[in-house]
Amino acid sequence: MQTDFPLFPDSASSFAFHVDALYFGILALCVFFALLVVILVVVFAIKYQRKSDDEVPRQIAGHLGLEIFWTAIPLVLALGVFVWATVVYFHLITPPANAMEMYVVGKQWMWKLQHPEGKKEINELHVPLGEAVRLTMTSEDVLHSFYIPAFRVKKDVVPGRYTNLWFKATQVGSYHLFCAEFCGTEHSRMIGTVHVLEPQDYEAWLTGGTANEPMEVAGERLFEQYACHTCHKMDGSGRGPSLAGLFGKTVALEGGGTALINEAYIRESILNPAAKVMAGYKPIMPTFKGQISEEGIIQLIAYIKSLKAPELTNLE
Amino acid sequence: MAIVERDIRTSEDAPRVNYLNNGYGLKSWLLTKDHKRIAVLYIISISIFFALGGLFASLVRFELMTPEGDLMSSDTYNKVFSMHGIIMVFFFLVPSIPATIGNFLVPIMVGAKDLAFPRVNLLSWYVYVVAGILGTIAVVGGGVDTGWTFYTPYSSTYSNSNVILTAMAAFLAGFSSILTGLNFVVTIHTMRAPGMTWFRLPLFVWSHYATSLIMLLGTPVIAITLVLLMLERGFGFGFFDPNLGGDPVLFQHLFWFYSHPAVYIMILPSMGVMSEMVACVARKRVFGYEFVAFSSVAIAILGFLVWGHHMFVSSQSTYAGMVFSVITFLVAVPSAIKTFNWTATLYKGSIVFDTPMFYVYGYLGLFLVGGLTGLFLSSMGLDIHLHDTYFVVAHFHYIMVGGQVMGYLGGMHFWWPKITGKMYPDIWGRVSALLVFLGFNLTFFPQFILGYMGMPRRYHVYPDEFQVLNVASSLGASILALGYLIPGAYLTWSIFKGPKAPDNPWGAKGLEWETTSPPPTFNFDETPLVTEEAYQYGPIEEH
Repeated sequence: MQTDFPLFPDSASSFAFHVDALYFGILALCVFFALLVVILVVVFAIKYQRKSDDEVPRQIAGHLGLEIFWTAIPLVLALGVFVWATVVYFHLITPPANAMEMYVVGKQWMWKLQHPEGKKEINELHVPLGEAVRLTMTSEDVLHSFYIPAFRVKKDVVPGRYTNLWFKATQVGSYHLFCAEFCGTEHSRMIGTVHVLEPQDYEAWLTGGTANEPMEVAGERLFEQYACHTCHKMDGSGRGPSLAGLFGKTVALEGGGTALINEAYIRESILNPAAKVMAGYKPIMPTFKGQISEEGIIQLIAYIKSLKAPELTNLE
Repeated sequence: MAIVERDIRTSEDAPRVNYLNNGYGLKSWLLTKDHKRIAVLYIISISIFFALGGLFASLVRFELMTPEGDLMSSDTYNKVFSMHGIIMVFFFLVPSIPATIGNFLVPIMVGAKDLAFPRVNLLSWYVYVVAGILGTIAVVGGGVDTGWTFYTPYSSTYSNSNVILTAMAAFLAGFSSILTGLNFVVTIHTMRAPGMTWFRLPLFVWSHYATSLIMLLGTPVIAITLVLLMLERGFGFGFFDPNLGGDPVLFQHLFWFYSHPAVYIMILPSMGVMSEMVACVARKRVFGYEFVAFSSVAIAILGFLVWGHHMFVSSQSTYAGMVFSVITFLVAVPSAIKTFNWTATLYKGSIVFDTPMFYVYGYLGLFLVGGLTGLFLSSMGLDIHLHDTYFVVAHFHYIMVGGQVMGYLGGMHFWWPKITGKMYPDIWGRVSALLVFLGFNLTFFPQFILGYMGMPRRYHVYPDEFQVLNVASSLGASILALGYLIPGAYLTWSIFKGPKAPDNPWGAKGLEWETTSPPPTFNFDETPLVTEEAYQYGPIEEH
């Protein structure tokens, strides 16, 4: 057993201060009300202790003014805390536009992480100090939850969906990565370490070790392996739409409505192509469900993201 | 408070016929339609499950004394904490006060001979027993490892344990509580004695009315959800597993649509117990009666609109999360109203230091911490960090155990003379209340700190730096266990050796104290006529 034990987590992200401030703010409020009630009931017990068995105190029915007072004060305070907490929350879920992208796949019972440059990690994540990092996460099997206490961030990792989480590390060091959603036998061993490195150390780490294929290159290979390119021709002459420059656009759908082309849309279109067909195209694409791994889908997405719109001069 | 014709004895020697000595055979108990006997049957049954759930809790605390998994395998540990939760929630906490003290008192408090549907009441106990047997078979036959929350797709596709059998047991237990709720609602509406207007009802009845509404409206939803889960697991219907075209988050919505209101099933009845006991302990009318009564109803209604606060990190819509968060903050208000009114009831009261008083004070302390820590979790920005950590475990134990179990034990001590006709030694009652209070805080307070440090719940092994607080928690649990064991001993002793209880040992107001201890089979020899408000210890002054 350790003789020296901590009572407070490390604070290593840009959120930690805001979350801790909220925590101590609510704590102060709670301590105030708890002490108020405790002191009152203890004082009453001593002061109004029963003197004789037949003692009957004055019967006070109530007091409307007091009722309004102790309804209104908690109401106003509660709504105030709500506003404060919600402001912190929006900060926590809104990544800056220039955030670095990294990808997470959870499975029983490990975390598989990949950097856009191609570096893959298991149960470890290296991130540069002071850079916003946005994670796109999914699960191969059951629910998991990606939790870094020192950063005060957590998000469920859900099979069949992409969820996102972002942070900006502010302290060099190594921190716990936990799975917070019960996921079976080895749930408590689905833990890892997040290493925050100085930016130059991160660059060195990224280029060191074995050579890695960047994600978009791996994605391009898959794009050809699964013969996607036979229909999705870059010049738009194929039976499917050209994917160049498509990511991030909002397109019209066959049968009405629109869809934003994002990670979730691409994933759905690979696994269930008939769900949302772009206007002007026929639902002829076969499903790739069961043929391609979650990591493969993420690599394809990285490739499609990298495809820039063709220069106007290249068009007819 | 009422006119009750009392003495029908022909001779001083002949013992008065009461519900306990009116027939001794096994059949007279197992086929009884008397709500008081059914309450006793429930007390015995839920005590068995409380002991079983407590045993699993002890195993959890024993294992967590060291960071390594050295007492049992991870699979076993997962089953132990799951069965602790499932047994405690579905087989102890939900029926704890309503099916026992509520069953015994609601008809007496409204001045009725029995509940509206005595046979349905007996049926509810049998349904509970069948559910309990199924649950026990599931435990003995290998157990279940999904947690009490049964989250999909783990429960529906991946778990290798007795999910269907356990879900079936929880499903049936739900029907037992629907039947109890139905009986209470009809009884309170139609069977009040002459003069017993709604605003003369004891607050215990109000809180049981609110509880019954939740049981009636919420429980069918968990029943449907468990059926969908069983269909997916048994026959591959795709409701929740994305591989079958389902949505795992849909399960969470359905589950919490019941299970959050169910949290109020597990706290409102104890609030009713507290209102009765506070009035008696201070010998004073409950301050702001109407506000305490309506705050129960407000909690029941708002409780149906906050389920999404269990899902702030689940990928639920951000704006839905905001709505759930703000309504959750609103629920804090009626709880605060109750606490302030109880405090004001003690003001200028005549406070006696007996066992009920110790339980009232213990409850107030624990419920304060439990309720206030809810504010941390309803704050979206903070819940992201705290969700699924030991902070949540500590919070809901303060509510469910610090609140409901403290209320249940307090209520049992308060009405024990009425139920059994015997007195227990008051000093032991006070000792047990004190031990429970101290043991409980030592067990669960360190878990708040563990939670903020980031220790996730349901962890079999954990990093070393969490050990000291876990050891403290386990030590507290052993004191808590002692606090629960000794009432079992002296209360059982009192049945056989305890002195006879007078009809009204605490000098309390209420119809139950005007009838004999124990009450006759039909509660009153003549229908009471109610001419006063509840808790009229003296002439009432308006402020």
